[in-house]
Amino acid sequence: MEVKTASFEKTASPKATTVSGAEAVIKCLLEEGVDTLYGYPGGAIMPVYDELYKYQTQIHHVLTRHEQGATHAAQGYARVSGKVGVAMATSGPGATNLVTGIADAQIDSTPMVCITGQVGSHLLGSDAFQETDIIGISTPITKWNYQITKAEEIPEILAKAFFIARSGRPGPVLIDITKDAQFATLDFSYKKCSGIRSYKPKPEVNLKEVERAAEAMNNAKKPMIVFGQGVILGGAEEIFEKVVEKSGIPAAWTILGLSAMPTDHPLNVGMVGMHGNYGPNVLTNECDVLIAIGMRFDDRVTGNLEKYAKQAKVIHFEIDPAEINKNVHADIPVLGNVNETLKVLLELLKPNKHEAWHQKFKEHYKIEFDKIIKNDLNAERGKIGMAEVIDEINKCSQGNAVIVSDVGQHQMVACRYSKFNQTRSNVTSGGLGTMGFALPAAIGAKMGAPERDVVAVIGDGGYQMTIQELGTIFQTKVPVKIVVLNNDFLGMVRQWQQLFFEKRYASTEMINPDFITIAKGYHIKAKQVSKRENLKEAVTEMMQSKEAYFLEVKVEQEENVFPMVPTGASVSDIRLE
Amino acid sequence: MEKKNFTVSVYTENNIGLLSRIAAIFQKRHINIESITASRSEVNGVMRFIIVVQVTEDQVKKIVGQIEKQIEVIKAFYHTDEEMIYQETALYKINSAEFVDDLNIQDFIKESNARIVTVTPKFFVIEKTGKRHETDSLYEKLKPYGLMQFVRSGTIAVTKNEMPISNILEQFDTTN
Repeated sequence: MEVKTASFEKTASPKATTVSGAEAVIKCLLEEGVDTLYGYPGGAIMPVYDELYKYQTQIHHVLTRHEQGATHAAQGYARVSGKVGVAMATSGPGATNLVTGIADAQIDSTPMVCITGQVGSHLLGSDAFQETDIIGISTPITKWNYQITKAEEIPEILAKAFFIARSGRPGPVLIDITKDAQFATLDFSYKKCSGIRSYKPKPEVNLKEVERAAEAMNNAKKPMIVFGQGVILGGAEEIFEKVVEKSGIPAAWTILGLSAMPTDHPLNVGMVGMHGNYGPNVLTNECDVLIAIGMRFDDRVTGNLEKYAKQAKVIHFEIDPAEINKNVHADIPVLGNVNETLKVLLELLKPNKHEAWHQKFKEHYKIEFDKIIKNDLNAERGKIGMAEVIDEINKCSQGNAVIVSDVGQHQMVACRYSKFNQTRSNVTSGGLGTMGFALPAAIGAKMGAPERDVVAVIGDGGYQMTIQELGTIFQTKVPVKIVVLNNDFLGMVRQWQQLFFEKRYASTEMINPDFITIAKGYHIKAKQVSKRENLKEAVTEMMQSKEAYFLEVKVEQEENVFPMVPTGASVSDIRLE
Repeated sequence: MEKKNFTVSVYTENNIGLLSRIAAIFQKRHINIESITASRSEVNGVMRFIIVVQVTEDQVKKIVGQIEKQIEVIKAFYHTDEEMIYQETALYKINSAEFVDDLNIQDFIKESNARIVTVTPKFFVIEKTGKRHETDSLYEKLKPYGLMQFVRSGTIAVTKNEMPISNILEQFDTTN
């Protein structure tokens, strides 16, 4: 095929040198500024690994213990650094093991390039050893994918891959390279991709749309902002905060929007959605103008769509035109990168305080505090609660740590209670809800932000889905902090069984191994704590550790996460108990 | 909202795998494709898919949004039957003995504006281009004579209004 990129010159630059396809892959990665990648070798990708051996001083290959771990590590790296995460695997099972991480990156808009080896092109379609149609498999879960069968395609296709992964609404790209293309030679020259004629990364800002939005915001009596990851992906945190401060509008976040704005900011009113805060959920159905910024109205955010913000005029700031009117009708769509649209908006906004309206959020917070938060943080009896652990981490981190959470009850608690002063601090699997995400993602996060403390908060269920990545931590000595909140249950499923299936705890009780022994087997410092009076000291020791550290906290077994919007209910029917 | 026929036109680059990428968008939403064709378009090197689906307008809008998002899709549109000029082509293979013995068949062919493509001592092939009900009607008439084979193409269609694909491509060339 002919690839139509804007400025890629077919004629080799004067510096063209003859290299193998495999070496060209590494050279492309270096050209794209890749210094770290995650992967697992195998037959069909061996030529590239052979080149990695030669280039090991320039590019750090992290050997994960499973290809899924490589994708999550690449995601963690991308989420904290804003750079493209790179994962590599062989054909067949190596490639299929990437699938969960690719799907996760697609739904959470994480820039990632996956490179897979493939059987020789003469064997394609012959059911060769370790042949699988990874292009077919990954098509619905990638932003783009492509199979390279000729070495000379490598520079242009990889340039395109990185451009697509990071531009516009980011996402995962998979490039499958046949083994013969890795062995064959080409005249290598590299030119970064700057455009593709059939691909428009972001819509141009339409001034009229922004003006309409500003007018609606200026005239609103009870406006509310819901912000998502688009603020972070657009690098718009600073301008966003100015918009919030100037307009005085209460700002609530989706799970992936968390940390785009400091959690203690006086205008930050908490999380929306299924286990979000009481105020922003209830008041979604009272506001007169709902301003959605870089978010996509996921069903976990909206609850029952028929009863979602029906009274409100909806303004939707969004980079992806396909998100407009997908779930919630936008009265005023504002297309574009929020970093650009919010800049224009800021100038048009009139300063306001909305004091009476803010008072309503405070009243609702008081109700939630008395009913839930107070007990979550200050339980005096019984086993340790999950929120108490997060609270201790906050006290040590002062809001400066990266918190990587897995999926389930602990994730909701971590997101509800973590304090953040900096952006790109909350790494979690939002859209796909991938158990097993956190441990490998924390490895990538620490490598993507080595100067920051990275704490993985994981349940006992999810921990055991990727527990083998302790081997990666041991081998690389990456100093991540791991907290397992162990209730010996698949807690979130158990909670649903309790509330909606009359306590029939089908396959949710976990008979767990001795996690301390396992950690020690990997020579990772480990401690278990089960008594409240020892918690502070244990968390402090972990937070001060210069090396990787594993802390198991035995928590209350049948704790439930509240507030909760039951499936099918309206956000304003959020339950406090 | 009422379900009706929509014709989705997709202008794309000519790449391997794009068909399955587009088909996957329908599959993910559990929507059956009534017919699909792909061919070169009026623009050099650009392919055009014509996909017919029975959905609500709200559904087709969202589908077109998702299709357009695909990297190698230049532009996608949807139209109702009223906004399109559309045709299908059918081929009917019939035993030659019947043709010679029964003059009715020759009348059917004439009446329906069908065309004889091939005649051999053993069989002959009739081609009919038109709307679905026209090819169906000829099918019903020929069925009693023992249709040896029948095949019908997907819908091909052009819109009554303009398709600004060349402009889109030119715009890219001038800004890059």
